[in-house]
Amino acid sequence: MNRLFALWGTTVGKKVAMAATGIVMILFLISHMISNVLIFRNPEHLDSYAALLRSLGPALWVARAGLLACVLIHIAAAWQLTMLARRARPITYAHHEYRVATYASRTMRWGGVLLFVFIVFHILHFTTGTLLPGWQDGRVGDNVKLGFQSVPVAIFYLVAMLFLGLHFSHGIWSAFQTLGLNHPSYNRSRRLLAWGLALAVAGGLATIPAAALLGYFK
Amino acid sequence: MKLNLKIWRQPGPAAAGAMQSYVANDVSEHMSFLEMLDVVNEELQTKGEEPIAFDHDCREGICGTCSLMINGTPHGPKRATTTCQLHMRSFSDGDTITIEPWRAKAFPVLRDLIVDRSPFDRIIASGGFISAPTGSAQDANAILVPKPDSDLAMDAAACIGCGACVAACPNSSAMLFTSAKVAHLGLLPQGQPERDQRVLSMVHQMDLEEFGGCTLFAECEDACPKEISVENIARLNRDLIRATVRDRGQVHVESGAG
Repeated sequence: MNRLFALWGTTVGKKVAMAATGIVMILFLISHMISNVLIFRNPEHLDSYAALLRSLGPALWVARAGLLACVLIHIAAAWQLTMLARRARPITYAHHEYRVATYASRTMRWGGVLLFVFIVFHILHFTTGTLLPGWQDGRVGDNVKLGFQSVPVAIFYLVAMLFLGLHFSHGIWSAFQTLGLNHPSYNRSRRLLAWGLALAVAGGLATIPAAALLGYFK
Repeated sequence: MKLNLKIWRQPGPAAAGAMQSYVANDVSEHMSFLEMLDVVNEELQTKGEEPIAFDHDCREGICGTCSLMINGTPHGPKRATTTCQLHMRSFSDGDTITIEPWRAKAFPVLRDLIVDRSPFDRIIASGGFISAPTGSAQDANAILVPKPDSDLAMDAAACIGCGACVAACPNSSAMLFTSAKVAHLGLLPQGQPERDQRVLSMVHQMDLEEFGGCTLFAECEDACPKEISVENIARLNRDLIRATVRDRGQVHVESGAG
């Protein structure tokens, strides 16, 4: 345990924590994406999938607590590293140019903030129904159709998925680097995997609000 | 050619600094960037003004002493080139060139364009070495090194410690420098006995010096005059995780940080 705390105490260790928690969240989102697109087969598929998760009982709460812990550790590390970076350059350059840093890498922090706001909204919107008048417990498919009748909400979901894709594309590649998983033979595949997963997960999830905007659920 | 220069002037470490404008006349395209500054300084001295202070030594691109943020890029616009090896043919007549010191809390400005890079020395002193018996040299082939390892170690060892990686990094992180030193020794058999202790101590020292953390923008790799790869950062991370798991290294700290 002491060794873990010593690792967390270093800037590299905080990145290791971000990589590890990020991988857990990615795995969750892969399953979330696959289960959500079931709505295109039949909205009731979504209801039975939700019922299946509910039937897990305490195990579901363990999983939720684990995901929440991952989110909190991920944010705590990001916050500390961001503050450290701000302090590390008290006087900024009069003239500075980015030469190779990607848009994805440069939007990790503010994009991450947006994703956090989105997750809070998303849970209040579809999981608890607090922000969705007419929400019905257990009728997930209907709730999705109802929720995306609002154009601004559907657009917000699409924007969030765009930033999720960007966050993924840099985050997955970074996780390999941070965990020291590099080899000349696989370094290209790491980039491809990062972009592929980003496109599959964020793109897959985005199909639902996009379909709603195009009138598919009417 | 004629150039408009905007240069950071700061009389001392505690003094306030500001950008000042200068005009460089009759600049030959064959001059190096530092020779261009030499000419500007000669003119300043003739007028009885204080010359612009900048770091330089070998002027051959191998010592790591010259620095300068030129138009927002460390060592200027040419890839894999130090400021002393940058020639004025990379610029055009009438250009405005902004020249600033490396900016990082860990690298305080001493005067004008000169910064204190002793944090790098302390990172090296904390673990960037091997302990070897002195005395008569052993046969060169007594310790065998696989060719791919020696190539990678040599690539990492090309780091001249100029600090361009820190200057280019939006986080002011020293990871490329530290990882080059960790990888250089960690790839060789001679570096194995102290491998865990080295990475634990050097990362600890790097953090003590108040550099920022690495978020893999990879701006450092592009800015590095010796083309050190960010692959070395993955090697350092791997070594640090390994050392944490093995739990055999002792952290050695150099005094004077921060």
